[in-house]
Amino acid sequence: MAVFIEKDTKILIQGFTGKMGTFHAEEMIKYGSNVIGGVTPGKGGQKHLNRPVFNTVKDAVKHTGATASILFVPPAFAADSAMEAADAGIKTCVAIVDGIPSHDMIRIKRYMRRYSRKEKMTLVGPNCAGIISPGKSMLGIMPGHIYKEGRVGIISRSGTLGYEAAQQLKNLNIGVSTSVGIGGDPINGSSFRDIIEKFETDDETDMILMIGEIGGPQEVAAGEFAKENMKKPIVGYIAGLTAPKGRVMGHAGAIVSAYGESAVEKVELLKECGVTISKNPSVMGETVKQVLNSKIS
Amino acid sequence: MDIHEYQAKEILSSFGVTIPRGGIVYSPETAENKAREIGGSKWVVKAQIHSGARGKAGGIIVCNSPLEVAQATDKLLGKKLVTNQTGPEGKIVNRIYIEEATDIEKELYLGLVFDRISESIMVVASTEGGMSVEEIAKEKPETIIRSKIEVAVGIQNFQARELAFGLGIEPELIRRASETIVGCAKAFSELDATMVEVNPLVISKQKQILALDCKMSFDNNAMFRRDKVSELRDKTQEEEKEVYASDRGLNYVSLDGNIGNIINGAGLAMASMDMIKLAGGEPANFLDVGGGATPEKIVKAFRLITMDKKVKVILVNIFAGINRCDWVAEGIVQALEKVEIKVPLVIRLAGTNVEKGNKILQDSKINYIEADTLEDAANKAVAALK
Repeated sequence: MAVFIEKDTKILIQGFTGKMGTFHAEEMIKYGSNVIGGVTPGKGGQKHLNRPVFNTVKDAVKHTGATASILFVPPAFAADSAMEAADAGIKTCVAIVDGIPSHDMIRIKRYMRRYSRKEKMTLVGPNCAGIISPGKSMLGIMPGHIYKEGRVGIISRSGTLGYEAAQQLKNLNIGVSTSVGIGGDPINGSSFRDIIEKFETDDETDMILMIGEIGGPQEVAAGEFAKENMKKPIVGYIAGLTAPKGRVMGHAGAIVSAYGESAVEKVELLKECGVTISKNPSVMGETVKQVLNSKIS
Repeated sequence: MDIHEYQAKEILSSFGVTIPRGGIVYSPETAENKAREIGGSKWVVKAQIHSGARGKAGGIIVCNSPLEVAQATDKLLGKKLVTNQTGPEGKIVNRIYIEEATDIEKELYLGLVFDRISESIMVVASTEGGMSVEEIAKEKPETIIRSKIEVAVGIQNFQARELAFGLGIEPELIRRASETIVGCAKAFSELDATMVEVNPLVISKQKQILALDCKMSFDNNAMFRRDKVSELRDKTQEEEKEVYASDRGLNYVSLDGNIGNIINGAGLAMASMDMIKLAGGEPANFLDVGGGATPEKIVKAFRLITMDKKVKVILVNIFAGINRCDWVAEGIVQALEKVEIKVPLVIRLAGTNVEKGNKILQDSKINYIEADTLEDAANKAVAALK
């Protein structure tokens, strides 16, 4: 069983009838994702892309049995939509949107504490490319065809750098079990640690490629968790070697403000945790290949 | 987004923090009057720039008469102040804050930031005010006390009290100190701040608790709902090209090297800069045109990069997904009809329809160097410098 999504996972689009929602819903449907409808408040009862539109996520879940959703709503309303999904019983929600205030992200995470571990929704993102399990389903905005089916799990903050990695793997004839974009914001729904933990128990994943960047404690926290709790090998790459301290590098979360947050420091700390480091972004695929080969021999 | 000291003081004052009497001036003529209006016999003239460590750079002058205040103002206005935080080019002084001098008995440190580990607001305080928090952490780490604010309910009075007692503040001042801490925390939460720093927070000889220097930064993502805060933006304090970029929806950071970059996606941009460095070059900038890399954004990006006189080579690296390389290539061709490039240009396309994209570039009139991988692109960019 893949992590998060299967071929038949029922997917809702929140912000279905908007331009972004429409475009990416079509892409997901083309890929083979089971998009069963969407939510746009006030447009309930209409049809869009030949699928039903609902006023609320609760209505949609009740009528369709959807368990996953993807948000294409503007940043100002995104927190509200994510909490609505959590409350309606959605299990996996991807927030693509870039620009959610940090205070709102914290509010979402505090709100979700009301649910038991079993009932709790997994929020992925915001400011991310989403989730793809090649050959099964895509709950995201990535170009699906660059991902070959296989057994490497990818976690990346950056969208395009994650694509770069998938392409490098494909060129080496290596496939991907699931790729998860966790996004570039300082406060995010799922951390590196949350995702590698899922990959560890996923019988379709043999090893993990973790693509991090400067800023924040999450890459190192994942490394420390892996050292204590994981058997599957991890290859890591940290972007931002040349980034100056104290400057935001595009992603709101990509800023070095404390010890252990620069690329050099993160690489050192990850090495100590037993993570194999890809020495540059051009050899992420090669490094994965070497680790896979050494595992076989 | 950063604001000036005097703006942070006005904000915190409205949240119940006491600040010394003071006022803002834009000319030496008004400075003398302002000093008289403030009253007293000693004043501090403070250059308003978006940087700390202004004192060491000569940006803070103590004066003993209104005439001296005018002279100090004259000296500072229009000057570029170089501190250890501004970079060698410094920041221009267009505004002067004049403040009554305070008789300081004790200097404390108070700061609030987002803690990315606990995902809450962290209050950091120390008895060693006047030093930067980095210096305190290095030299007197034992003096630092912390308290986590539960974002859902906000700061509680007991937390502020604990911090105040922890700072060794005398009992009769605990109440005012707590109110000060609560005020800063409320300002942080209610205005979408990402940082509030009062350093030093002083106890005066007259037993007042005063915020002597204040800094605030705000979440750019929240400016849509913070009209009053976003009005405080001072573009003169930002690098010219960075203002140009932010006005056009580009993510840009100016750096010291000579290889200009145009890349889609922040992570890929950082990775490409790393490759340049590993190939023996230095990036002139970080520039993310956004995942989609639309032709409009690419035109703007070329205009921006050509404004930078340091740039001796331009590297374009686009990973086209749903947007396709052929479409991106057409965008590049159109852009180069509008913007003249006088330095070598290296282009690397990857992703969907890469062959079609490269064909379009090859068949165009563009004079460029084609690259295949990330590494190849960086090597060719560095080689083109020679």
